[in-house]
Amino acid sequence: MSQFLPDYIVTYLPDAIQLIYLIATAFFIRGLKLLGSPATARKGNQLAATGMLIGIIVTLFDQQIVSFEWIIVGVLTGSLIGIILAKKVAMTAMPELVAVFNGFGGGASALVAWGELSKFADPIVMEASGLVTTGLSIFIGSLTLTGSFVAFGKLKGFISGNAITFPGLNFINIASMIGVVALIGVFTYDPTNQTVFWIILGLSLLIGITSVIPIGGADMPVVISLLNSYSGLAASMAGFVLGNNLLIVSGALVGAAGLILTQIMCKAMNRSLFNVVFGSFGGDSSSGQDSGSGGDKTVRETSATDLAIQVAYASKVVIVPGYGLAVAQAQHIIKEVATKLEERGVQVKYGIHPVAGRMPGHMNVLLAEADVPYDQLYDMDQINPEFASTDVVLVIGANDVVNPMAKTSPGSPIYGMPILNVDEAKRTIVFKRSLSFGYAGIDNPLFYTEKNQMFFGDAKKSLQALNEALNDV
Amino acid sequence: MSILIFSLFIFVLACFIGFELISKVPPTLHTPLMSGANAISGITIVGALIVTGGEGGLLTQVLGVAAIIFATINVVGGFMVTDRMLEMFKKKGDDK
Repeated sequence: MSQFLPDYIVTYLPDAIQLIYLIATAFFIRGLKLLGSPATARKGNQLAATGMLIGIIVTLFDQQIVSFEWIIVGVLTGSLIGIILAKKVAMTAMPELVAVFNGFGGGASALVAWGELSKFADPIVMEASGLVTTGLSIFIGSLTLTGSFVAFGKLKGFISGNAITFPGLNFINIASMIGVVALIGVFTYDPTNQTVFWIILGLSLLIGITSVIPIGGADMPVVISLLNSYSGLAASMAGFVLGNNLLIVSGALVGAAGLILTQIMCKAMNRSLFNVVFGSFGGDSSSGQDSGSGGDKTVRETSATDLAIQVAYASKVVIVPGYGLAVAQAQHIIKEVATKLEERGVQVKYGIHPVAGRMPGHMNVLLAEADVPYDQLYDMDQINPEFASTDVVLVIGANDVVNPMAKTSPGSPIYGMPILNVDEAKRTIVFKRSLSFGYAGIDNPLFYTEKNQMFFGDAKKSLQALNEALNDV
Repeated sequence: MSILIFSLFIFVLACFIGFELISKVPPTLHTPLMSGANAISGITIVGALIVTGGEGGLLTQVLGVAAIIFATINVVGGFMVTDRMLEMFKKKGDDK
């Protein structure tokens, strides 16, 4: 848009644009910071969005931009698709959507680098550093694109959630990655070689697929978070290609943030990142299970009426929700039950495991959707000391995160994972469809303890029954 | 100091800021944070605008427009869905 401005302004334009980029960066940093507290998070997101808008508008004044027809077409199309996706998605499908958005972001960075390269009729005039970063941007962006869509397919069930692997796959993946990096070197040395370029692109797309396919469905959140970090890195690389500070800084911020988040998630599951990426664990695997006790395996069942009496006369009830609660769409009904109990003077708290739901913090979002105030939600570290003084724990659709084998059975695949110590409470009630195993594919000794009662059935129907029974107590 | 070295400087410093910012976030907000950070990574739209709006052949135009569409989906969808999530976070007693 610079051509519409008078000359005396155009002279100062490049510097002005850089300064406004600096302001946009400040918005991003402040926005990310505010996203860190529940009270300010929404404002933080809006600040970041404002920073983005500022960045986009000021870029339109860049002197390199001379035509706008295609920009308008692209922005309108993308906005329309983005708005529809964001408005339509169910809160339970959030991990899939983040995967999709992430894939588009990574793909865009690869396309930007490729597009910049295509401007040079003879790429030999591009500087070596530009060629290296172009190669890296295409590499990281492409693998983010295909990797995210494989993750999406696994979450949606289009692709088996099982760990699909064969001996040597890890080796092939690592060899391919080294191969791509070597080829980027070759490409930098001789950018006229079209074949090398196509191999880099093709191999990068392939690596995205083959490195996510062997990872089990249970680990997808970690993978998406890692890919989120990659897409930031890809944007940053694209920034190097274009010599654009805003891209470099914002991309690096997201790259670092994504990596930290990935680590936090791994820690919550007691897995190392290496183990997630190369371990092929999770899904519906029949990983070696050893229930430990082997003796008495009878469970005690309870009914809605019986349970209603137990909770109505308790002084403290802790609800432990898992993904099963979300699948059954029972967030709203649990909120109703909780409200009824509170009216009777029962203290109600929610104990949220860091990986409850399908992403860290996912359960908080789902409960927030049902109007559960966030100050009733307690993290694992806050709620664990309270179980000993709790009368009844309602475990709804959760399994592995309350499995005492994580503490007692060193042979178990989940051994060492921090869990919610619900077995310390006076009584536990497990809402479950059947006695099937959880994500990790192992049995849960909690079900067979004397303090535990099972409430079999669909979580929503069971809670509805409980809700009605509470009226008659 | 060459431009590349200068760029590397700000890249590394920005990485450190990213690490510091995120390490202090409660688990409650991890999902919105992931989604919000993801929307920020759509900043690549700025690059897409520069590539598309500049001089270039047909290939450049096609790649550029595809990049704009992809990045805009990421930005618009990402910020909107994050806002949708955060809108629901309420303290006890807050007005609906």
